[in-house]
Amino acid sequence: MIPLNYMMSLSAMIFGIGVAGVIIRRNILVMFMSIELMLNAVNLAFIAIGSRLGSMDGQVIVFFVMTVAAAESAVGLGIIISTFRNRETVHADDLTLMRW
Amino acid sequence: MPPFVYIFLGALAVVSALGVIIQRNPVHSLLALIGTLMTVAILFIAEDAVVVGFLQIIVYAGAIMILFLFVIWLLNLQTEVGPTGHLLLKFFGSIAAALFVTELFFILAPPHMQVKFTREPTGYGSLASLAGKLFTDYLVAFEVTSVLLLAAVVGSVALARKLPGTNDPLEVRNTAP
Repeated sequence: MIPLNYMMSLSAMIFGIGVAGVIIRRNILVMFMSIELMLNAVNLAFIAIGSRLGSMDGQVIVFFVMTVAAAESAVGLGIIISTFRNRETVHADDLTLMRW
Repeated sequence: MPPFVYIFLGALAVVSALGVIIQRNPVHSLLALIGTLMTVAILFIAEDAVVVGFLQIIVYAGAIMILFLFVIWLLNLQTEVGPTGHLLLKFFGSIAAALFVTELFFILAPPHMQVKFTREPTGYGSLASLAGKLFTDYLVAFEVTSVLLLAAVVGSVALARKLPGTNDPLEVRNTAP
C-alpha cells in the first residue's frame, strides 16, 4: 500500500485547489463545485487514514459526508435558482445587497 | 495496486481538479469535476473502501452532478459572459491558496509522520461491515441524517418555487423563441 504521506499530499492539493476555486471564480455554480471538491479531498483523507488504522469509522464518516453533501447541494442549488429568479445573475460580484 | 497507478490516478485527479477552476464554461467545469470524483472513487476502491467508492460514483457522479447539470441548463449558463473576476484577486487568491496548500503539507504529511499500521480485519470495507457500524455505533446519526434529507428536500422545494405575482426571468427566458 502506498505511504500515507502521498495520499495526504493528494488530499491537501485537491483541497487547496478547491479553496483557490472559491477565491478566484465569481460564478456561484463554479464556487459551489469547488466546495464539492473540498469535501472530496477530506473524504480521501478519511479513507486513507481509516484503511491504515484498520478501522471502519472513516468509511462511515465518509458515508455521512456524502449524505450531507447531497442535502447541501440540493439546498444550495435551490438558493441559486431563487437568486436567479430575483436578480437574474449567478455572478457573485453582482449580489451586493448586503454589502455595506 | 502498483505505486505508479496511484501516482497516475493522483495526477489525473489534480489535473481534472484544476480543470474545474480554470475552464470558463460551467459545463466543462462540471465534466472535469466528474473526472475528479471518478478518480477519487477509484482511489477509494484501491484503499479497500469498495462500498464507499461505488457509492461515490453512484451518488456523487451520478446524482448530484446531474442535479448541477440540470441547474446549468435551466439557467442557460453554458456560455459565461463578462469578466470572471479581477486579475488582482486571482493573483493574490492563487498565492493564498498555494500558501495554504504548503501549510497543509506540513500539517498533514510531515516526512516523519508515524502511523501505527494495523492489519485490516477480514471483511474490511464490505457492505456488511459498513452496515454493521452504521446500525450499531452510528444509529442515532443515521436516523438524524434521514431527518436532514427530508428537511433538505422540503427546503429546496420551498426555496426554488415560483412566488406568485412576481415576474420570473426563468419563464420569460424559457418561453422566448
